[in-house]
Amino acid sequence: MTAVAQAPTAAASASKAGAADRFYPLRRALETLGAPVAALLLATAAFSLFLLALGKSPAEFWWLVWRGAFGSAFSLQNTLQRAAPLLLTALCVALPAQLGLVVIGGEGALALGGLAATVAALPLQGTWPPLVQLVMAAAGIAAGGAWIALTGLLRARRGVNETVASLVLSYIGIALFNHLVEGPLRDPSSLNKPSTWGIGDANMIGPLPGTDLHPGLPVGVIACILCWVLIFRTSTGFAARVTGGNLRAAQLQGLPVSRLIIAACALGGGFAGLAGMIEVAAVHGRANASLLAGYGYEGILIAFLARHNPLAIMPMAVLMGGIGAAGGLLQRRLDLPDATVVVLEGLIFVSILASETLYGRIRWFQPRGDR
Amino acid sequence: MGPLETVTVAMVAGALRVSTPFLFVSLGECLTERSGRINLGNEGVLVLGAMVAYATSYHTGNPWIGVAAAAVAGGLLGAVHGGVCSLARVNDVAMGIAIMLAGTGIAFFFGKPYVQPAAAQLPRIPLGFWAAEPQVRSALEVCPLFFIGIAAASAMHWFFRATRMGLRVRIVGDSADAARALGLSIDRVRLLATAAGSALAGIGGSFLSLSYPGSWNEGLSSGQGLMAVALVVFARWNPLNCVIAALIFGAAGALGPSLQTVGITKGYYLFYAAPYVVTLVILAATVRPGRALRGMPGELSIGR
Repeated sequence: MTAVAQAPTAAASASKAGAADRFYPLRRALETLGAPVAALLLATAAFSLFLLALGKSPAEFWWLVWRGAFGSAFSLQNTLQRAAPLLLTALCVALPAQLGLVVIGGEGALALGGLAATVAALPLQGTWPPLVQLVMAAAGIAAGGAWIALTGLLRARRGVNETVASLVLSYIGIALFNHLVEGPLRDPSSLNKPSTWGIGDANMIGPLPGTDLHPGLPVGVIACILCWVLIFRTSTGFAARVTGGNLRAAQLQGLPVSRLIIAACALGGGFAGLAGMIEVAAVHGRANASLLAGYGYEGILIAFLARHNPLAIMPMAVLMGGIGAAGGLLQRRLDLPDATVVVLEGLIFVSILASETLYGRIRWFQPRGDR
Repeated sequence: MGPLETVTVAMVAGALRVSTPFLFVSLGECLTERSGRINLGNEGVLVLGAMVAYATSYHTGNPWIGVAAAAVAGGLLGAVHGGVCSLARVNDVAMGIAIMLAGTGIAFFFGKPYVQPAAAQLPRIPLGFWAAEPQVRSALEVCPLFFIGIAAASAMHWFFRATRMGLRVRIVGDSADAARALGLSIDRVRLLATAAGSALAGIGGSFLSLSYPGSWNEGLSSGQGLMAVALVVFARWNPLNCVIAALIFGAAGALGPSLQTVGITKGYYLFYAAPYVVTLVILAATVRPGRALRGMPGELSIGR
């Protein structure tokens, strides 16, 4: 009885709110921006206390982080060099996340993508370099995409938990990578550091014309923008977000949930594989253990920092790339172990996830219908 | 001994040795999951436990104090996971990854000075005293933690079946609504179950650094903490089954090193991946989409 009586009033107040609360979209944007910033500040404060407890100066620490990350042209270049693969590995997490999946197997996909790209380049020695690079990219994308798509397949068809499956597949992929690099595909002349044969200097991708910047940077930026368009401006992306929001509703609507899951995983894995290809073609020239630098794992953190929004991935990748780039300077100047960066990353990760609880809690950010 | 016997002995020995950390982590994960929460952070707990145990054993000279310290450190990290996850809207799977990163980072940060020095190791019980072959003798030298683990599994089985506390954990894990109706504090039960589960995982970590492989370095754990999740699914959330599951995973993990003892070194990395393949096959073979597994706690997020 009361419910019936209240219904028209509620509807009326809602429509009135829509008219009166013109600034709600702005406040909502502020909330989206404010929660991660608050979390980053909290992590900064907590880490400063940690440093104080160790008898180190937090002020000096953050000053060195700034110097090592953005303080000079050299450090900025180092930062962007690290950010380039992170843009792509973060997409490997952010795309399946639209469907509510937590996929953390980017490291294995990156390694296999780099290896497949190298192998694809070997028989094409002496041909036209752009062709070689194109074939390498295709091979990298295919290998990385297939590897993560397997996770999606297990999830969609067998109901296997995707987090565990992707990580275990990542370990299997890395084992396969090590086996091939140290066994059948090894260049016998690589003694100290087992590596495959090189792709040839002619086939390497140079830095961006006129600069010293990593060629993966524009690739990553374009990939992020395209993914943003795909997620927020296409019906496929909308279907994926509906599935992530409410699986039952998506199934009742007849959305192809299984296909969406496999496609999102394949696309994300493809980006991780492309990151591996670019690392080989632009930096290492061959596949070896240098590919296993942890970019796949750092991508997880960046995707969560960006709340799985591809546009937000760009600044977050630069931020985390910067912290990584400052690691060496911190080690030398403050005599801190290299794991310092991992502790900081862990703190940031914990506080950013805890900040999820702030959304919808602070009254000022909410729609003002009922006032 | 022939090559086949050698491999068999090496695999049994490996199963006995390698299974202990699996056993403790999976028991811890089992307890946490029975309360309705998942903790992927036990991977980080394992590494932190290994470091803390090694450092404590080095400074005190008593490995058992190291084991206790590892349990305390694990329990604290688990309490952080449990505490943050009880905030509204916090995803426990993602939080586990964050705890994994934080735990590993803290362990590497403070563990740097302990890579070189040798700490006092846990004793071993020579169960192979009757055998003539030295291989069998060394194979049957079992760490007491293995038996403590089996005792813990039996105790946990009894805890779930026959105690008031165990029943509370099961109610909270199976139906939050029922728990609320009974006036149980869901967050507190889950916090305690997560902390206790991580304390067990920390003990598993202490085995890694104080018994086998028996040293502290940054490559000590290779995902045992995460494989525990698959192991618990395989064990159908039953602590006694965790013992069998841990032995199977231990044997799979010992496959590569066993073949090495008879000179098969080719494809070392592939055999190294055997436990991961077992994990995947078990998950794919036992889980069905859209149908809850027998024994699965109803509140578990991975089941929805």
